Amino acid sequence: MTAFGQGARDLSPTLLGVVPFGVVAGLAAVEADLSVSHAIGFSVAMFAGAAQLVAIELLASDSQLVVIVTTALVVNLRLVMYSASIAPYLVNHRRRDRAVAAYFLVDQAYALSLIRYQRVDGEDLRIWYFLGCGVTLWLAWQAATVVGALAGNLVPDEVPLEFAVPLTFLAVLVPTVVDRPTLVAALVAAGVATSTSRLPANLGMPIGTSSGILVGTALAMHRRSR
Amino acid sequence: MSRAMTAWIVVVAAGVGTYALRASFMVMAHRAEDLPPFLRELLRMIPAAALAALAGPALLRGGEQHQLALWSPRFLAGFVALMVAWKFRSLFATILVGLVAIVALETFLTT
Repeated sequence: MTAFGQGARDLSPTLLGVVPFGVVAGLAAVEADLSVSHAIGFSVAMFAGAAQLVAIELLASDSQLVVIVTTALVVNLRLVMYSASIAPYLVNHRRRDRAVAAYFLVDQAYALSLIRYQRVDGEDLRIWYFLGCGVTLWLAWQAATVVGALAGNLVPDEVPLEFAVPLTFLAVLVPTVVDRPTLVAALVAAGVATSTSRLPANLGMPIGTSSGILVGTALAMHRRSR
Repeated sequence: MSRAMTAWIVVVAAGVGTYALRASFMVMAHRAEDLPPFLRELLRMIPAAALAALAGPALLRGGEQHQLALWSPRFLAGFVALMVAWKFRSLFATILVGLVAIVALETFLTT
């Protein structure tokens, strides 16, 4: 099997978790009174589940444009870490190929590729394994988005489908809380955001997020220095 | 500016910005020095804080006036869903249980 095929094969089991997420991404857009085109636009341009949902939530509560874009990018900052740690493995590929591959940098493609590169040494076709993961995920993501967007328009209003969005936040939140600093970050963020939720333009969200990040980081650094 | 228009600007701006984050090291292909611990910890806190800042108000506040509603169907259903997420680590199960719970709770608590 080609490296691309192996990437696709290794990625497939994760699709079970990815597809519902994509459906929620499409759903969230139409529940926020955006069009199916918007839903597709988000999934193609951003291709990042958590950030897409965050952006849509902020749009739905009429936050300021700058706040929406900034918050979405802050949520995606971990991509810089991924980029930095996978870059050394791809030095032998042409810059233009790396530029294309970069578009497909997502959690699963990154994680699988890293495992692969550390196990299989000196492979010339590294970028193809990565693309096998990334392209497969991309196709599933786009399809799921369309399904979610269309479903959102078809299901009657009595069914509170938009509740799936905060549920998705919870489901994605749980694995990120791994120690006390991250737990404190989450609790502080939730507490501050809830207390300040009457502020205009949904400012409570970035204020809560920043508070959580600051307190969590302070706690984590304090623990390191002990 | 309409929400639809704002949304398109977000699509483009957040899309380009996200690509820039992805391409940052991959395209330059520098070997990055290890991030200082402070930055590493800060990055680690972001997903937890951002997601909690969204989930918290969504589950704890309701209605037009954003009143605090601690024992609302949303909160209870959300709590059940949180337990499912914690136990089973499955997005699909979390959504399924959460939606069933909220429909059931809203039906039984408001009749």
